[in-house]
Amino acid sequence: MLTQLTVHALVEQFRGGAATPSAAARAYLDRIAAVDPSVRAYLTVTPERALAAAAAADARWRAGRPLSSIDGAPIAVKDLLCTKGVRTTCGSRILEHFVPPYDATVIERLEAAGAVLLGNEPPGTRAMGSSTEHSAFFATRNPWDLARVPGGSSGGSGAAVAADLAAAALGSDTGGSIRQPAAFTGTVGLKPTYGRVSRYGLVAFASSLDQIGPFAKDVVDAALVLRVIAGRDPLDSTSADVPVPDWVAELGRPIEGLRLGVPREYFVEGMDPEVEAAVREAIEVLKRLGGRAEPISLPATDYALAAYYLIAPAEASSNLARYDGVKYGSRAAGARDVIDMYSKTRAEGFGPEVKRRIMLGTYALSAGYHEAYYGKAQKVRTLVRRDFDAAFARVDVIVAPTTPNLPFKLGEKEDPLAMYLNDLFTIPVNLAGLPGLSVRCGFSLAGLPIGLQFIGRPFDEATLLRAAHAYEQATRWQARRPPLP
Amino acid sequence: MTDPSSAYEVVIGLEVHAQLRTRSKMFCGCPTDFGAPPNSQTCPVCQGMPGSLPVINRRAVEFGVRTALAFHCRVNAGCRFARKHYYYPDMPKNYQISQYEEPLAEDGWLELEAFGQPRRIAIQRLHLEEDVGRLVHEGTLETARASLVDFNRSGVPLMETVSQPDVRSPEEAAAYLRAFRAILLYLGVCDGNMEEGSLRCDANISLRRRGAPDLGTKVEIKNLNSFKNVQRALEFEALRQREALDRGERILQETRLWDADGGRTRVMRGKEQAHDYRYFPEPDLVPLELSRESVEAARAGLPELPAARRERFVREHGLPAYDADLLTQTRALADYYEAAVREAPHPKLVSNWIMSELLREIPADDERALAASPIPPRHLAGLLRLVADGTITGKIAKDVFEKMLRSGEDALTIVAREGLTQVADAAALGAVVDEVLRANPKAVEDWRRGKKAAAGALVGQVMKATQGKANPSVVNSLLEAKLSQL
Repeated sequence: MLTQLTVHALVEQFRGGAATPSAAARAYLDRIAAVDPSVRAYLTVTPERALAAAAAADARWRAGRPLSSIDGAPIAVKDLLCTKGVRTTCGSRILEHFVPPYDATVIERLEAAGAVLLGNEPPGTRAMGSSTEHSAFFATRNPWDLARVPGGSSGGSGAAVAADLAAAALGSDTGGSIRQPAAFTGTVGLKPTYGRVSRYGLVAFASSLDQIGPFAKDVVDAALVLRVIAGRDPLDSTSADVPVPDWVAELGRPIEGLRLGVPREYFVEGMDPEVEAAVREAIEVLKRLGGRAEPISLPATDYALAAYYLIAPAEASSNLARYDGVKYGSRAAGARDVIDMYSKTRAEGFGPEVKRRIMLGTYALSAGYHEAYYGKAQKVRTLVRRDFDAAFARVDVIVAPTTPNLPFKLGEKEDPLAMYLNDLFTIPVNLAGLPGLSVRCGFSLAGLPIGLQFIGRPFDEATLLRAAHAYEQATRWQARRPPLP
Repeated sequence: MTDPSSAYEVVIGLEVHAQLRTRSKMFCGCPTDFGAPPNSQTCPVCQGMPGSLPVINRRAVEFGVRTALAFHCRVNAGCRFARKHYYYPDMPKNYQISQYEEPLAEDGWLELEAFGQPRRIAIQRLHLEEDVGRLVHEGTLETARASLVDFNRSGVPLMETVSQPDVRSPEEAAAYLRAFRAILLYLGVCDGNMEEGSLRCDANISLRRRGAPDLGTKVEIKNLNSFKNVQRALEFEALRQREALDRGERILQETRLWDADGGRTRVMRGKEQAHDYRYFPEPDLVPLELSRESVEAARAGLPELPAARRERFVREHGLPAYDADLLTQTRALADYYEAAVREAPHPKLVSNWIMSELLREIPADDERALAASPIPPRHLAGLLRLVADGTITGKIAKDVFEKMLRSGEDALTIVAREGLTQVADAAALGAVVDEVLRANPKAVEDWRRGKKAAAGALVGQVMKATQGKANPSVVNSLLEAKLSQL
């Protein structure tokens, strides 16, 4: 079945002529039609666009002139990435009818590499919250157990890849929103170093934390997609002018002698014992492969969550200010004057979780509280960064659980505070701007996937990918498939 | 308000926003031309589209640095942009990218002359930011059923310069703005047009008892769109505050709008309604670093500024201070003067003609009109050379000037075509004088009786007879000689 193949296996078929991009695109579109009604990983499917792109890729492969090593691969993107002429809602009522007049840089780069874009995945409303339940339109299901959430906010992207509804997908990660759903859906999810991938065209939630990255069926695919989207973009001043290496070529190298840091603070009271056991077992596997594990401490971890829940909402309250009904998106009817139009539009357009965060952020930035909240949070952020700097003086890569828990049931986590805690192990990585990757490292007794997280030095995605690849090759977890038709 | 006997001292601080004359906007590549069809000069960035990101315009930074150096500011090695939040439909993101805690430059001064005395006004800070769009209301703001928004101006680079509260009178405030504007024009960073909004001013004013150490409660005045309005508004406000204080009232901290038609300021918002801008560093931009080399290069590239030029005109050209001051108001005018003097090396003559004739036709501060003048400096110099070497009389020169203004021709062409060359030949003029004496026996008689003024009428007759071409001094001496022989 073409839809079960990784991008690199699929591309081998294109190269050898055993399959064509059009055949792959049709297989995916058929499967979306058959399976997505139960998974609900897509908000918008663009079949005409996909088939046209696939036909062009067919011709290139026939002529022996593919654009890249992902030419013709069917890929889905989170509905937070502007795609010219394709409705981009951010999973929110307030942008329900927004059709961007321009392409995000990553979309341009995917298309320039020949990728076939299948459609858009629903994010949780405004990329907020640990579950994709917060989407304004519908809840995406976890392919491993349809009663459970796929994680968020890039849960749609994770679910699509896990359910073979896309060969790979792009998501965005602000506090774990690629890695957490990757763990929940058993996919490979990579949040690159802040600045590695252009954010131009990514609808901003928290600008200093957001980063776009791939979801993939295996580590090689993650490396392939990252290579296409990475690199300096003159349209994003925060994108870094750092060389983009050929990560795939590095993957085979052994991890003999690699120093693995195991942070004490990432194995906490109250975490799911099945998660802890799977992660500890995975560390043993890495040791058998030649890795040298040593305990490390990241003492600021305790404060990272609090700092994140000030910085992210502060930036969000600012980024979301533009949704006022004046220019695009929805506008409430029956307003008396402009202030009334703002209030009604925003009251109707934003969900409760978004409103909660806008209020938090506005408060944290307001006169008289600015220093005590936003200012203090920035100081904590510096401490979190220093913790990692100190750790990376001793180790090459950090290994830890991606989340403390297994995927929860839809509607199970009503308490926002409990939901926030789910991001405990992913948030510090965003605060420090580091690369982080989640790879499948086992299953619970009930058959739910568990994620192992690798955290690296800035711009050292190479080591993350190499370690994760070595682990993936040494285990058989990738073979298991979700119980879907 | 300048009355030293008044019990109060007026304390004024000025905030000036200048639109920078860059070709593209502050954070995107859209053009900045004024007057294009609505929303034709916009893109996702300056429309505040979701996902768009700003990129700093290097040229705007250069302009800011040049201005900061001209104001003797310290240019910070590192500065940051910050978001300033408030909701208004002309501002697409509902925050303005500005600078807050880490501005481009700080601690400078501007020299000006007030009441014949040189004064230094300290400049607190200079920073860069983006302009907002423009609202067009159907009818008036109060009655409009709908409003339209034009984002062409959204994102145009603005430079804000904040003075210390060093200004001591409304006149001095106007002098500050004139000196400020002159420097911007010299640097070529702003077109200085207040009516079109390229230069905008807000003023803070308070009163305190003479000699009191602490500042009084200040009032901010907005909507000041000309030098004259700045001065009038401040005069009104100083009087209003003085009368309130004399009545024992307290001044409220508030923002007031200048109503130019009514000649008064009106409350716009009180302290309670003041915005909480919730500034924080713009995360979409990295801190801006300015190397010492780039700042020094900008310093080396600064043009001669008004004060230095004024001083040089006095020192090297021997012009009176008044002339030098007027001629150096704008770079274009001073350039005009220098170009003319280069070809007609008679500084005072050139200065007189510019001040009395040219500036009657063209406003001194209108660079565009000056550049488009039908009499370029070369032509004025040509005319004045003819005056200086006696080819034409001053009277004829004024007529020639008028003709040059209308036709754009040079002086020599007109003088040659119309035969306006001065007649100084005593023999030729002697005949005319004889004829005039014969024809005006009454004037001659008056003169003989001691009415010496009658000679003037006779000169006038000679000039009339020669269509103004007669050399006045030759005519005078001929007349004098012939009258005494009668």
